[in-house]
Amino acid sequence: MTPAPRGVTLRGVVKRFGSVTAVADADLEIRPGELMALVGPSGCGKSTLLRLIAGLEEPGGGEILIGERPVNDIPPGDRDVAMVFQSYALYPHMTVAANLGFGLRVRGTDRGEIEERVERTARILGLGDLLARRPGQLSGGQQQRVALGRAMVRDPGVFLFDEPLSNLDAGLRLRTRDQIASLHQRLGTTMIFVTHDQTEALSLGQRVAVMDRGEILQVGTPDAVYRRPASLFVAAFVGSPPINRLGLSGTDDGGVAGGPFRFATDPPLAAATLAVRPEDLTVTPPSFRPDITPPVRADFTATVLRVEALGSEQRVHLDGPGSATWIARTPPSLRVDPGDPVHVSVAWERTHLFGPDGSRVGAPPRPIHILRDS
Amino acid sequence: MRRRTRAARTLPVLRAALLLGACLVMAAPFLWMAVTSLMGQLEVFSGRGILPAAPLWSNYPEALTAQPFGRYLLNSLVFSVAVVAGQIVTATTAGYAFARIDFPGRQKLFMLFLATMMVPVVIVLIPRFLLIDALGWIDTYQGLISTELVSVWGIFLMRQYFRTLPRELEDAARVDGAGPLRVFISVALPLAKPAVATLALFAFIDAWKNLLWPLLATRSMEMRVVEVGIAAFHSTYEINWPYQMAAGVVAVLPIALLFLFTQRYFVRGIQLEGIR
Repeated sequence: MTPAPRGVTLRGVVKRFGSVTAVADADLEIRPGELMALVGPSGCGKSTLLRLIAGLEEPGGGEILIGERPVNDIPPGDRDVAMVFQSYALYPHMTVAANLGFGLRVRGTDRGEIEERVERTARILGLGDLLARRPGQLSGGQQQRVALGRAMVRDPGVFLFDEPLSNLDAGLRLRTRDQIASLHQRLGTTMIFVTHDQTEALSLGQRVAVMDRGEILQVGTPDAVYRRPASLFVAAFVGSPPINRLGLSGTDDGGVAGGPFRFATDPPLAAATLAVRPEDLTVTPPSFRPDITPPVRADFTATVLRVEALGSEQRVHLDGPGSATWIARTPPSLRVDPGDPVHVSVAWERTHLFGPDGSRVGAPPRPIHILRDS
Repeated sequence: MRRRTRAARTLPVLRAALLLGACLVMAAPFLWMAVTSLMGQLEVFSGRGILPAAPLWSNYPEALTAQPFGRYLLNSLVFSVAVVAGQIVTATTAGYAFARIDFPGRQKLFMLFLATMMVPVVIVLIPRFLLIDALGWIDTYQGLISTELVSVWGIFLMRQYFRTLPRELEDAARVDGAGPLRVFISVALPLAKPAVATLALFAFIDAWKNLLWPLLATRSMEMRVVEVGIAAFHSTYEINWPYQMAAGVVAVLPIALLFLFTQRYFVRGIQLEGIR
């Protein structure tokens, strides 16, 4: 029933609106049947990229392929894609059934088949009782499912989602996220999911493409993007609470240093930024301060500023090195209070180093030696 | 505190009084027309009072049979309905194009259209007359109707309305496989119903009460519209005020009834003009 999923390939795709470059030279390969999440802050060009794939915008350059077929000059309706919009964009003057069947009617599908497919889709999504209603009579969640159904009913080769969850409340958002994930497993269709919410992107995407200012900065599995961010922007954008950062400055011996951290760099860097994920900071009471042998860890002492007890985990805000507050993710069993001095250690292999242009510096940075600030 | 309560009490009264006053000013000519329609021809200028001594209901049948008003009403209806239909077609398509279709010179062309609204109707009467004369259409329906089919005001109204429709709806239809015409007919137009209703209403009223153009474009009694017929009481029967007013009441009735049921579209039409 379901047609073979199609891949989507972007080669050097450019889109400008006047003097603003919304998408700059985008290269992206989405495999058939893959669920790809496009994530980035608002205005980064992710929605424009999706609209380019849908055919709702014309690229200023480059090539877009759906399956093996270049689609630059093919109108949206003939691209074998379906799209779920942020506002759902349900036709307010049509019933749910008419909304679902509109795409089929436009294509001249015969009436019996339209009815059958609309009913099947409605059954899958639990919309059976709502077919005679109009969108205005539905709740947000129901509207969302109709929008999903309108995309599904045509059995498209590629599904495009433009922030479809952003108008739902938190609980419904989680449930719908699961629904989309199971829909993907069930249909096996290629899906491209645009969101500004990095948690959503990591939880849904088999791979994630992180965008900023019209550029695709990194494409990889959620784990790779999280564990090995290609740039400081990706490191900072992905992950919550955000990654801890510390500015390092160049030293006379060609390395970079700041606080208790000191790295040799090759070639030498004038400045760099060190970043450490909150869960990669080990916080212990000062009395438990372990005897550390370089080059396994760096460590420093800090004062607890605030403790967020979240039940399953605890976030400890610290006045770590540098001016910004450091956040450590610790087990709730750690008993600390604001004002307490604590000992913090970091495994070297868990640190990330980024050059002055924000790009990742080489393989795991090699520490020279450790300064203790005791 | 007390002052505020007093203000709160007097304000609605003031407002009501003001509205009532304005209402009277607006209604007075109509009431005068209705009253005059029931007077005798000499009574009108007798200065004995505002109300007729004995209402002369016979003025109505007499006025309406003095001239073929049945035919006039039919002509008015044909003229008005055709103008409404034509303006709906031209205003919705042109308005949509100006609102949504990106073509070179769109803005300039639109400004040019708007500029024509500043030209007084009277000035273009002669060119219009020459045009239909050249076509041999004087004293025909096509001559009467053709030059009224496009309303720049209507195009403006529809453009403003189409611009308020969410673009995502049209995008969704495009992804669903609809071409531009299908998007217009199946999505944009049905959603523009309130604006179309407003346009139809205004167009109907404009056409119904149009005197000058039908007066020029028609000659025979068979082609006259109601307004021309009413005006004709001046010449044909000297100045028979009661007859003229009786015919006027009959001509106003359809519009008054229409207004009763469609007030909200009037209000909407006025609001829409304010949307930029």
